[in-house]
Amino acid sequence: MRNLSNSKLEQKLGKIKALWRKANAFAEEAYNAPYRSAIARAKREQDDLFMLMVYSELMGIPNPVSFYTLELQPLMLERFHEWHIRMGMEHSPLDNIRCC
Amino acid sequence: MNAIFVLIAGIGAMALGYFVYSKFIAEKIYRLDPNFRTPAHEFEDGVDFVPTNKYVLWGHHFTSVAGAAPIIGPAIAVIWGWVPAFLWVIFGTIFFAGVHDAGAIWASNRNKAKSIGALTGDIVGKRARSLFMIVIFLVLLMVNAVFAVVIAGLLVDFNSAVIPVWGAILVALIIGQLIYRKLVGLLAVSIIGVIALYSLIGLGPIFPLALPETFLGLSDRAQWIVILFGYAAIASLLPVWVLLQPRDYINGIQLFIGLILLYAAVLIAGPEMIAPAFNTDVPEGTPSMIPLLFVTIACGAISGFHGLVAGGTTSKQLDKETDARFVGYFGAIGEGSLSLAAIIAAAAGFATLADWQAVYHSFGQGGVNAFVAGGANILSNGIGLNVDLAQTLLTVMAVLFAGTTMDTGLRLQRYIFQEWGQIYNLKWMQKAAPATLLAVGACLLLAFGAGGADGSGGLIIWPLFGTTNQLLAGLTLLVITVMLVRLGRPMYVTLIPLLFLLTMTVAALIMQLKTFYAQENWFLFGLDIVVLIAAILIALECASVLNHLRKGDEKLE
Repeated sequence: MRNLSNSKLEQKLGKIKALWRKANAFAEEAYNAPYRSAIARAKREQDDLFMLMVYSELMGIPNPVSFYTLELQPLMLERFHEWHIRMGMEHSPLDNIRCC
Repeated sequence: MNAIFVLIAGIGAMALGYFVYSKFIAEKIYRLDPNFRTPAHEFEDGVDFVPTNKYVLWGHHFTSVAGAAPIIGPAIAVIWGWVPAFLWVIFGTIFFAGVHDAGAIWASNRNKAKSIGALTGDIVGKRARSLFMIVIFLVLLMVNAVFAVVIAGLLVDFNSAVIPVWGAILVALIIGQLIYRKLVGLLAVSIIGVIALYSLIGLGPIFPLALPETFLGLSDRAQWIVILFGYAAIASLLPVWVLLQPRDYINGIQLFIGLILLYAAVLIAGPEMIAPAFNTDVPEGTPSMIPLLFVTIACGAISGFHGLVAGGTTSKQLDKETDARFVGYFGAIGEGSLSLAAIIAAAAGFATLADWQAVYHSFGQGGVNAFVAGGANILSNGIGLNVDLAQTLLTVMAVLFAGTTMDTGLRLQRYIFQEWGQIYNLKWMQKAAPATLLAVGACLLLAFGAGGADGSGGLIIWPLFGTTNQLLAGLTLLVITVMLVRLGRPMYVTLIPLLFLLTMTVAALIMQLKTFYAQENWFLFGLDIVVLIAAILIALECASVLNHLRKGDEKLE
């Protein structure tokens, strides 16, 4: 008898949960549908820029990333020296960045 | 007459319109086909073209088109008595707005979901497309200026709403973050948001806020206008998910709660319509009802703005073509019912005729402030809300509506400037920030130039805004008419509204021109001439197109 009422209660709870889920899904759709295109378009724009950054040098466009990382050079000079020694190169392997 | 009868008659007529007339339109005129492959399916890309549940789409369409305009227009037009406003709203919704909105969705749906502007170019001709762009620019300009004046007036007159109005923006920002970071489910967020908003509304009357009466030589209204444009400029530059999306969502929920509360209060309180049915004793300087009524109430009876939403976004998400009837026609009915509530609030919300006449002491007065004051009385009699609280609630509702329209409008106007930058190859104008500044500048000029800033002029610019809106509707109706004629179907359902609108708009513009001349209001006089030229060009375009069609000439250009 008790088990029966328990299972009934569970059934009811399950129904309420399902209803909540359904209402939640509906609310989510109502929230997202109006702005789906604006947000997707903004994301697409960012993705396009990212792709351009990744493949720019292959297309002959100088990648601005290396230009900006050049600024880090003074900070990395010590580590750069240790690195080229470890790599078995007595002097800096790069023409435009002299080290020792 | 008791407002309950007005309400039931209005709702009953609109229901009849939906079940009978829209069925006729959908089946016999547009011949909506459930098997037609809609652009949402044909070009489905997960970005613009997404088949959407028709109830969700209706909600989106309705909340995009229902703003402060269907409240302001009728609440101004009540000055001629409530019966003319009532009749125009009800018959306008049934025979004009519903046909126009559903038709715009249908027309766009049958043409790869192109916007109505693009359709004008394809179907009518290049000249019509240029006219369309000019009218859109004028509509947006006026919308932003008028709504800034309206919000400023509300915030000064009902300063208990200052905290909830700006607090609502904070609530929206928080909700946006909660949803974006997926911290809480949407239904829970909605409940939290609504509770937060209504708690703020409760706090408002306890902590009213007012700006200093003059600051740097600006009156308090002018200060609010400047602040509002500052806010709208920032809001229109933010990514949409940060503020606009959660704000629209909360506004949508609030719209339904507000409408239900108002209708319930009318049914419980059953107030008498205090305003005269036909006002034979209009204040001096009030223009003639015909044609001005038909441009004073634009949204709520027929509005060209709906065509922009229908063609730009709604048609791209239409799951089945037959949904156009529900989304478009029933969307128009939703807006009509909002206008009906505004009429009842502005006509039945006053204790005596003398009180009503004190508010409507000259043309352009009343408006949304009468809606708030009258509606608050009805709410307090009907469901026992404290009058201050009820006023705050309705003010917040009106301000949030107008505010959302403002920042969407400013965003759209920025796009237009950016497009001009591309066309005329002006690099600086293509950037977002300078284009926004230009848009804000143009709107500010209009807001101050129109005499709304000091609050003395009332909304004299309102009918002018209505005329541009009606011209836009006229162009959309022209597109639908041409399509119908080419398909060999009866064109009278769209042609008669089109001719009626054009006649009334041109007549209203000429009449307004005379008034502005007499008042020596040169700013509005100039603006009126610009709109009048656009109207005449549109009328000529219609005449030439119809003439070609009559001769059976397929080629229009």
